[in-house]
Amino acid sequence: MASLRDIKGRIDSTKKTKQITKAMEMVSASKMSKAEQNAKAFVPYGEKIQEVVKSIAANNPDATHPMLEKREVKKTGYLVITSDRGLAGAYNSSVLRNLYQTIQSRHQSTDEYTVIAVGRMGFDFCRKRGIPVAKSILGLADQPNFSEIKELASETVQMYSDEEIDELNIFYNHYVSAISQQVTTTKLLPITDMETTGSTSEYEYEPNQEQILNVLLPQYAEALIYGALLDGKASEHAARMTAMRSATDNADELIGDLTLSYNRARQAAITQEITEIIGGVAALE
Amino acid sequence: MKTLTVSVVTPDGPVLEDDFEMVSCKAETGELGILPGHIPLVAPLTISAVRLKRNNGEEKLAINGGFMEVRPDKVTILAQSAELPTDINVERAKEAKSRAESRLQSKQDNIDFQRAELALKRALNRLDISQ
Repeated sequence: MASLRDIKGRIDSTKKTKQITKAMEMVSASKMSKAEQNAKAFVPYGEKIQEVVKSIAANNPDATHPMLEKREVKKTGYLVITSDRGLAGAYNSSVLRNLYQTIQSRHQSTDEYTVIAVGRMGFDFCRKRGIPVAKSILGLADQPNFSEIKELASETVQMYSDEEIDELNIFYNHYVSAISQQVTTTKLLPITDMETTGSTSEYEYEPNQEQILNVLLPQYAEALIYGALLDGKASEHAARMTAMRSATDNADELIGDLTLSYNRARQAAITQEITEIIGGVAALE
Repeated sequence: MKTLTVSVVTPDGPVLEDDFEMVSCKAETGELGILPGHIPLVAPLTISAVRLKRNNGEEKLAINGGFMEVRPDKVTILAQSAELPTDINVERAKEAKSRAESRLQSKQDNIDFQRAELALKRALNRLDISQ
């Protein structure tokens, strides 16, 4: 049996760890509610731009733009949204596992795909496995604004326009609720889901619809990327909060077990001492 | 007087939503003035000021790119960023201006040049509106 001092040491260190995980849980909880607000603030913009894009596409079925047209896929781009730091439970691993499986099942050589990594975990993962990373953005703020992601988003869209990649898929954790996040894969480019939504009004275009699409579609794609990022950030904080809560719970349990065995060891020591004293007295008589 | 609802939305959230009598802004093809009852219209905007008129008063907004969607009773401006004069950080805009100017003078390759020019436009627009 471990000595009293050993057990005491372990109890102390577990208590300290618990303090840290508890603090991290609370920090993540407040960051999560902020991130949730950001994601909500983005919704009107996302919806509006989608509405306009759809109504233009619906009113002009003959509208053509490279971003609306499917072309033969020679190279696929994968945009992966992960966090910079770990300790977020299965947040990163589930997205990366999904990405890895997709790549394994769909491609034979590294010429056929490239990854655009958001977050250090995704970047390191790809580098270690020899997956080509075309672009990356590390050290993104917890509450990113649009200007921070703008450059990466527009460069990614540019890659598609330059035919460096022929389709773009995005992998991220969708925020369902504080305790549930879901790995989501969406095909971002070419833009395909242009079903008409019913209420559409005829627009005048100034100067003409082609020019409008030129401005609108890249902006739409950038908006989608930003939306996914905000969603991912909210999920990250939620995942970290859940992970830290269960770590705190585990620490509590461990402390309970250790305290029990500490008391047992203490009792055993006392009993032994008494037995020794009695034994000594008996020997004297 | 008839009014139309103007809402300005950016990826970082809505900036403004209110009723105005007239909206004038600069589209890529030129200056546009929108009054209530305008036919539905979509037009891309330049980096410029949007002026909103109401009761002989005028409000200004610094718009960075994006486009506007007009309906008879509603104008929606979707921009990558939009700021009211009170929200503009003058110091930052001045810094951005001098940075962009020095970059333009250094004459490096093409992409840098375009980006610097856009940055300069944004900075000048912000400074202009904050005054």
